[in-house]
Amino acid sequence: MKLIIKNGHVVDVRTGRNGIFDIVIEKGIIKEIGKNIEVTGGDVIDATGKYVIPGLVDAHCHLRDPGYEYKEDIESGTASAAMGGFTSVACMPNTNPPIDNQAVVKYVINKAKQEGYVNVYPIGTITKGQKGEELAEIGELKFAGAVAISDDGKPVMNSSLMKRALQYASMFDITVISHCEDLNLADEGVINEGYQSTVMGLRGIPAVAESVMVARDILLAEYTNTSIHIAHVSTEASVDLIRHAKRRGVNVTAETCPHYFSLTEDACDGFNTMAKVNPPLRTRRDVEAVIEGLRDGTIDIIATDHAPHHIDEKNVEFNLAANGLVGFETALPLVITYLVKPGILTIEDVVRKMCLNPSRILGLNKGVIDEGRCADITIFDMNEEQIIDVNKFKSKSKNSPFHGFKLSGVVYHTIVNGRVVVREKVLL
Amino acid sequence: MSFKRKDLLGLRDISAEEIQYILDTAKTMKLILTSNNKKTPHLQGKSVVTLFYENSTRTRLSFELASKYMGASSANISASASSVAKGETLIDTGKTIDMMGTDIIVIRHPMSGAPALLAKNVKASVINAGDGMNEHPTQALLDMFTIMEKKGKLEDLKIAIIGDIYHSRVARSNIWGMTKLGAKVCVAGPTTLLPPCMSKMGVKVYSTIQEALIDADVIMGLRIQQERQKKGLFPSLREYFKYFGLDEKRLKLAKKDVLVMHPGPVNRGIELTSSVIDGDHSVINEQVTNGVAVRMALLYLLTRRGGTGETDN
Repeated sequence: MKLIIKNGHVVDVRTGRNGIFDIVIEKGIIKEIGKNIEVTGGDVIDATGKYVIPGLVDAHCHLRDPGYEYKEDIESGTASAAMGGFTSVACMPNTNPPIDNQAVVKYVINKAKQEGYVNVYPIGTITKGQKGEELAEIGELKFAGAVAISDDGKPVMNSSLMKRALQYASMFDITVISHCEDLNLADEGVINEGYQSTVMGLRGIPAVAESVMVARDILLAEYTNTSIHIAHVSTEASVDLIRHAKRRGVNVTAETCPHYFSLTEDACDGFNTMAKVNPPLRTRRDVEAVIEGLRDGTIDIIATDHAPHHIDEKNVEFNLAANGLVGFETALPLVITYLVKPGILTIEDVVRKMCLNPSRILGLNKGVIDEGRCADITIFDMNEEQIIDVNKFKSKSKNSPFHGFKLSGVVYHTIVNGRVVVREKVLL
Repeated sequence: MSFKRKDLLGLRDISAEEIQYILDTAKTMKLILTSNNKKTPHLQGKSVVTLFYENSTRTRLSFELASKYMGASSANISASASSVAKGETLIDTGKTIDMMGTDIIVIRHPMSGAPALLAKNVKASVINAGDGMNEHPTQALLDMFTIMEKKGKLEDLKIAIIGDIYHSRVARSNIWGMTKLGAKVCVAGPTTLLPPCMSKMGVKVYSTIQEALIDADVIMGLRIQQERQKKGLFPSLREYFKYFGLDEKRLKLAKKDVLVMHPGPVNRGIELTSSVIDGDHSVINEQVTNGVAVRMALLYLLTRRGGTGETDN
C-alpha cells in the first residue's frame, strides 16, 4: 500500500530540498517527491503547516536491554524514541552483560527486529567488560553488526590502551566514541565543581576532568592518524579544543546533548537528582560555549544520551542517585526552543546535526529524504507548544529534569521504513 | 512572630528574623538549663528520635539531654554508614519511624541532602544534625548564640573561620547564618581545602591565616580530619600547624577581646595550641552548654509549629 505525505514543508540537506512537496512511499522506499502529486488510493498524511524532515538519528542512547529491563527495554525504549521523532538509534553497550561480544550484538539486533518500533544499531565496547584492561574483539563486533565502539559511562583511562584501540579499530573502519572523563580528577564527584557543589557540600567534578581527556583523545587520534568521536561535550574548554583540532585537520567529531545547552548546574539546587547526569550540568559560560560550538559547526551532532533509571534509583540521597535522564521525548522540542527559535540554528542545521551527521559518523546511510531512499521520516509542528509531562512518556522511566517545562515543537508523525509508527502524536 | 517551619534543614533558606527568634527562645531555655531544676513540660507528650548514620558524641548527647530536660519521650537509632548503600533505604527507615508517632526526627547523615530527602517523605519534623559537607545548622545557631551572648550582636563583627572549609558543614551553616545577621565573615585555609566560588556566598577568602586574623572579633577553628592528609590534600599535620595553626602569637593579630571558638572535638596542637584552647579568649566550653539551650529552643519551636496549639495548615 502506498503512503502519501501531502503538502508538508520538506527540508533535506543532502538534496537541498526546502519547500512544500508531496512524498510518495511504496514498499518502504521513497518513490516520488514532487509538487501536487495526484495519487489515487493509498494512505494519506496531511502535513500542511508542518515540517517533514529525515527521521532523527540518535548516536547515543541507552536501551538497558539486556540486563536492566526494569529501567527500559528495547520495546519501550524504541517506543519512546519513535514518540520523539527518532527513526534510528544507536545504543550504548553498558548493558548486563555488556555488548562486548558478537552474541550480545546479535541479541540486540534480533530483539529490535522483533519488538522495536525504530531501527536499532548496537554500539560495542572498546574493552572487554568495559573494564579498560583488554581490547574487546572489535573485528567480530563490527562483523556482527556493531556500528561503533565505546566504553560509554566509563573512560578508557589507560592512554596506551586507548592509542591501541584507535589503531586497531581503524583497521575495521569502525567509529570510536570516547566518554571523556579523567576519573582521578572526577574523584567520585557527583555534580559540577563550582558554586553549587560548594553550596550544597557535594563532591565536585571539575570541568577539566572532561577537557584533559578530550585533549588526550584528540592528540592520540592525531598521532595515530585515526578518527575519534567525542561523546556528550559539556565544557567550554572541550569545545575550544575540538575547534582547534578541527582547524588543524584532526579527524575529530563531537556531540552534545540537549541538557548541555538548556540547563546549568543550578538545576541541581535543592538536591534535585533528576538533574544528576554525567558529565554533570555545567555553568552558564559552558552552556554558551556549547551553543557557540553548535552554531559554528564545531559540534557535529545533537544526541540524546537517553539514560532511563527507575524512580527508586533517583528518589535517594544525591550521592547515591543514578546518573542520567531520559531524552528521546524532549530532544526535538528542546532543540527547537533553545536553538531554533532564538535563531542559533536553522532547520537545515537541525537536519544536519540530528539526521545527516549522526548517520554519516556511524556509517548508517540514513538522514536523507530522496527518491530511492529508505522512508524514514519525521513530521513535526514547529510552533505548537506543549507542557512536558513525564507521566506521558512511553519510556519505562520518568527521570527528566524537564517535567513541567513549556516547550515549542511537537512531533506528529514518525515513519520508519515506510511504516507509520507514530500518527497524530499517538504510538501505533 | 511564630515559627511555622516543619523542619530545620539548614540556615541557607531561613530568614534573619527566624534565626533571631530561635536565638531569643534559646535565651529562655538557657535560664532553665542553668537553674537548679532542669525540668520543664515544654515537650510533654512529644517524642523525639535521633537517627544517626555517623558517630557523634556531643551533638547527639546535646539533643538527647535537650529533649529529656523538656519531658519528651526519646529514642536513639544508630545506623552504620555502610548499611546506607545496601540496607533499607533512608525513606523506608524514615517512614517506619514516622508511623510510630514520632514528632521530631533528628538526623545525622554522611551524605549531603539526606535530611531534605527524609523531610520530604515524613510527617514528623526533621532537624538536620549534620549532613555530609552541606550544613550543620544547630552548631551554627549555638555558635551565633555564644557570640551574641558575649558581644551582644553579630552585625559588623569580623569573624574568621580557619581550616578545612571544603569538607566543613559547620563552616557552611555559619557562613549562611552569620552573614544574614550582618557579620563580616572571612575564611582561610590551605588552597586545597577551600571550595570554589566561595566569594559568591558573601565571604572573603584568604590563603594566609594572618590576613584573616587581623582585627578579628571572633576566630573559629575547624577540625582537621586526619584522612584528608592521607588523601593528599595537604602534606602533613606539622606543615598544617605551621601555616594555619592558631597560637598565642597569631592570636595577637586579632582584636584584644577576640573570642576563640571551635566546634570540637579539637586536635590539640594542630588547629589550636593547648594554651589557646584553655586560655582567656576561648569560649569552647560555653559553646557546649549553649548547644543544649539552642536545641531545646528548636525542639520546642518545631513541636509548636503554627502557633500555640493551633493546627497548622
